[in-house]
Amino acid sequence: MNAHLQATGSAYFISRETAKPETHTLSILVDNEPGVLARVIGLFSGRGYNIDSLTVSETEHEKHHSRITIKTRGTPHVLEQIKNQLERIVPVHRVVDLTVVAGELGHDRPLERELAMVKVAGSGDDRVEALRLATAFRAQVIDANTEHFIFEITGRVSKIEQFIAIMKPLGLVEVCRTGVAAMNRGPAGM
Amino acid sequence: MSKEHTETGRREMTGAEMVVQALKDNGVKHVFGYPGGAVLPIYDELFQQEAVEHILVRHEQGAGHAAEGYARSTGKCGVMLVTSGPGATNAVTPLQDALMDSIPLVCISGQVPTTLIGSDAFQECDTVGITRPCTKHNWLVKDVNQLASVLHEAFIVATTGRPGPVVVDVPKDVQFAKGIYTPPQTAPRISYHPKVDGDADAIRRAVELMAGAKKPVIYSGGGVVNSGPEASHLLRELVELTGFPITSTLMGLGAYPASGKNWLGMLGMHGSYEANMAMHDCDVMLCVGARFDDRITGRLDAFSPFSRKIHIDIDPSSINKNVPVDVPIIGDVGHVLEDMVRLWRASAKTDKKGLQAWWEQIARWRARDSFAYTKNKDVIMPQYAIQRLYEATKGRDVYITTEVGQHQMWAAQHFGFEQPNRWMTSGGLGTMGYGLPAALGVQIAHPDALVIDIAGDASVQMTIQEMSSAVQHEAPIKIFILNNQYMGMVRQWQQLLHGNRLSHSYTEAMPDFVKLAEAYGGHGIRCDKPSELDDAIAEMISVKKPVLFDCRVAALANCFPMIPSGKAHNEMLLPDEATDEAIANAIDTKGRELV
Repeated sequence: MNAHLQATGSAYFISRETAKPETHTLSILVDNEPGVLARVIGLFSGRGYNIDSLTVSETEHEKHHSRITIKTRGTPHVLEQIKNQLERIVPVHRVVDLTVVAGELGHDRPLERELAMVKVAGSGDDRVEALRLATAFRAQVIDANTEHFIFEITGRVSKIEQFIAIMKPLGLVEVCRTGVAAMNRGPAGM
Repeated sequence: MSKEHTETGRREMTGAEMVVQALKDNGVKHVFGYPGGAVLPIYDELFQQEAVEHILVRHEQGAGHAAEGYARSTGKCGVMLVTSGPGATNAVTPLQDALMDSIPLVCISGQVPTTLIGSDAFQECDTVGITRPCTKHNWLVKDVNQLASVLHEAFIVATTGRPGPVVVDVPKDVQFAKGIYTPPQTAPRISYHPKVDGDADAIRRAVELMAGAKKPVIYSGGGVVNSGPEASHLLRELVELTGFPITSTLMGLGAYPASGKNWLGMLGMHGSYEANMAMHDCDVMLCVGARFDDRITGRLDAFSPFSRKIHIDIDPSSINKNVPVDVPIIGDVGHVLEDMVRLWRASAKTDKKGLQAWWEQIARWRARDSFAYTKNKDVIMPQYAIQRLYEATKGRDVYITTEVGQHQMWAAQHFGFEQPNRWMTSGGLGTMGYGLPAALGVQIAHPDALVIDIAGDASVQMTIQEMSSAVQHEAPIKIFILNNQYMGMVRQWQQLLHGNRLSHSYTEAMPDFVKLAEAYGGHGIRCDKPSELDDAIAEMISVKKPVLFDCRVAALANCFPMIPSGKAHNEMLLPDEATDEAIANAIDTKGRELV
C-alpha cells in the first residue's frame, strides 16, 4: 500500500486554507415569528461563522416578513455554505448574497447605509469645531444644550467611522449605530 | 358540535384533546414517552382512547431512541412525548442523534403554564432554546387556536425534504384551554419547499459522465434508505444496468444487498479494502444520498484525487460542504434515480468489456480479504460471534440495531444486509446506548420479527433500564452483548494515540448480565466457548421474551481494517499488517489532533 498522494489530472483539493476571506453582505427574508433571529444567529455561532454587522426589522407588515441584513466574512466556500445553511431554516424565505449580485450587475458592492447617533460634550473651541465638522459631514443636530450635541449621521460605514474618529478628541461621549442596511442598485428586488 | 364544523373537521376541544386528535389525524399508532406534571392533561387524554398506543419507557432518552428505531424500520415518523424541564433535556441526545442521521421524529413536550414561563418555575427549562440547534425546527405554542396547525406542520417538516426531528412545546395551560381544532392541510408554509425533482440537465450530464467511465464506483448512503423502498429498488436497477461496483456508508447498508455481485462492502474508516481502494482510484464517483462525512473520506486533500464526482442529495447544504463535486444534483434520491435509470436505458450502453480491467483490479484488492481475523478454538472472536449470529438468522425476518463502538463496526462488516430498513445504528452522533431502546421501538413496530441489538458491554449499560420497558410491553428483543470488559473502541484509540495507556477504558465490577436479565424478568444466557455458541444463539432466538446474551469474547481484539486519522483511503491498516509497532506508528502527530 504505497501512498501515491501526488494527484494528477482532474484532482480536486480543498482550497479552504489558501482561499482568501471576503466580506459579503447577505439579505435574508424571514417570517417574523418568535425565535427567528435566534435561529439565524445561532447558526452563525454554532457553525463558527462571523457576523460583522446585523440589522433586522419587519419590512412587510401584512405578510409579517422581516428582512435581516448581515455582513459576514469567509472564503467563497464558507460563504456558499452560509447561504445554504441559512436556506435550511424553516421560516427563511430567501437568502441573497448582495455582494455577488452587485458583481453580476457590474457594481463594486451593493448600496450600504448606516445611521449613527454621536454624542459630543465640551465647550469653547472644541464645541465650535465639532459643529463645523458635523456640518461638513452633513450630520444633523438632534439634541443639544450648552454643554453637548447629539449628531445624527447617515452614510456609508467608512464615513461614519471617519466621523466618529474625528469627534473623539472633541469630547466624544457615546455612539450608537444601527448596523448596515443594504440593497442593490437598479429596478429589480432581492 | 355544529354540522358545518364536523364537515370541515373543525371543532372545539381542549389543547390536550387536540394533541391526541392530531396524532390520530397524522396516522400515528404508537407514542414513546414518560409522564410528568406538565404533560398530565395529554396523558389523561391518552388514557381515554385506544387508537394511539403509548409505550412507557424508563428514561426519556430511551423514548427518543425507541421512536428513532420505530421510524427507521418503518419509514414512518417516530413520536415521543415528554414532560417539561428534565423530560425535555433528557430528550436532547436522541433529538441530536435524529438530526445527524436524518430520522423523522416528532417530540411533544409539556411546558410550565405560559404565565410562569421565565419565572424559573418548577421543572421549567427553555425547551425551544435548548432544542433549537438539535432540531430541524421547533415551536412553543402559546395560543391553543394555533396548536392544531402547528402539530400538523410539525409532521410535515419532520417527514419531508431531508427528514429530521422537531419539537412542539405545549404549556400546561394551553393543554387545558379550549379552542378550535383544524384538520391537517396539504399546503405547507410558503417558506418551506424542499426540492424533490433533480435538474434534468444535471442528470443528463451525470449519465454522460457515467457512460464514459472506465473505473466507476457508486457510493450510496442513508439517503437511499430514507427515500423509501422504491429508491433502493431503483439503486439496484441502476447497478444492474451499469455494471458498476457499489459501496455504502454505515447508514446505507441494506439498500443494495450484501449478496449482490457488485457489492464491495462498507467503505470508510473501518470499511473494506476493496471499497476504499475503489473510492481512491476511481475515475467517476456517483454519490447517492451520502454526505462525505469525515469517517468516510479520510484525509480530504487525498480523497479520491482522480475522479469526477456526481452528488445526489436532497439538502443543498450537503453539496460541496466537505468535498467539491463536478455534477451536483439536488433532489430526492428516489426521483433522481428514476430519471437516471430512464435516461441510461434510453441513451447509454453498458460497456461490460470496458469495465473488465477495473473489475479485475477490484478482485485483486478483494483477495486481500481485509475483514479476515485469526480464528481461535478456545476463545470466541467477536467477528466469529457476528458471523455465527448472521448464519443463524439468515432467511428470517430479522432487524439489527447496534450500540456504538467496535461491536458496531464488526456488525457492519460481518452481518450481511439484504434489505433496507433492517439496520438501525447511530452513525452521525455515535450515541452509546442507542441500540437497546431502538430495538424496543423496532419490535413495537414489527411484533413478530426477530429484533437483535448487537451491543457492547459498555454501551448497553447506558440505557439498560429499558429492559424493563421491553418486559412490560412483551417485546422479545435480543440483546447480544459482545462482552470484552473494555470500552473496546476507546481502548483501540488509546493504543493508537496514547502509548497504550488504557485510561479508564476497562470496566471493573461488570454486572452479572444473566442475573440482571432475570432481575428484569427477562432471560439471561452466557457463552464463552466457540463450540457452544451456535446452541446458545439458537436458545436466544427461541426464547419468547427479552434476552440478555452475555457473549464473552476475546478481550483484546481490535477492529481492522482501519484508515487511521489523517491518512488517505489507500493508506489503510490491514489486519495482517497491524503489528504492535504498526499500530503505535499508525497516526502521526498531525493526525492525532484529528482523531
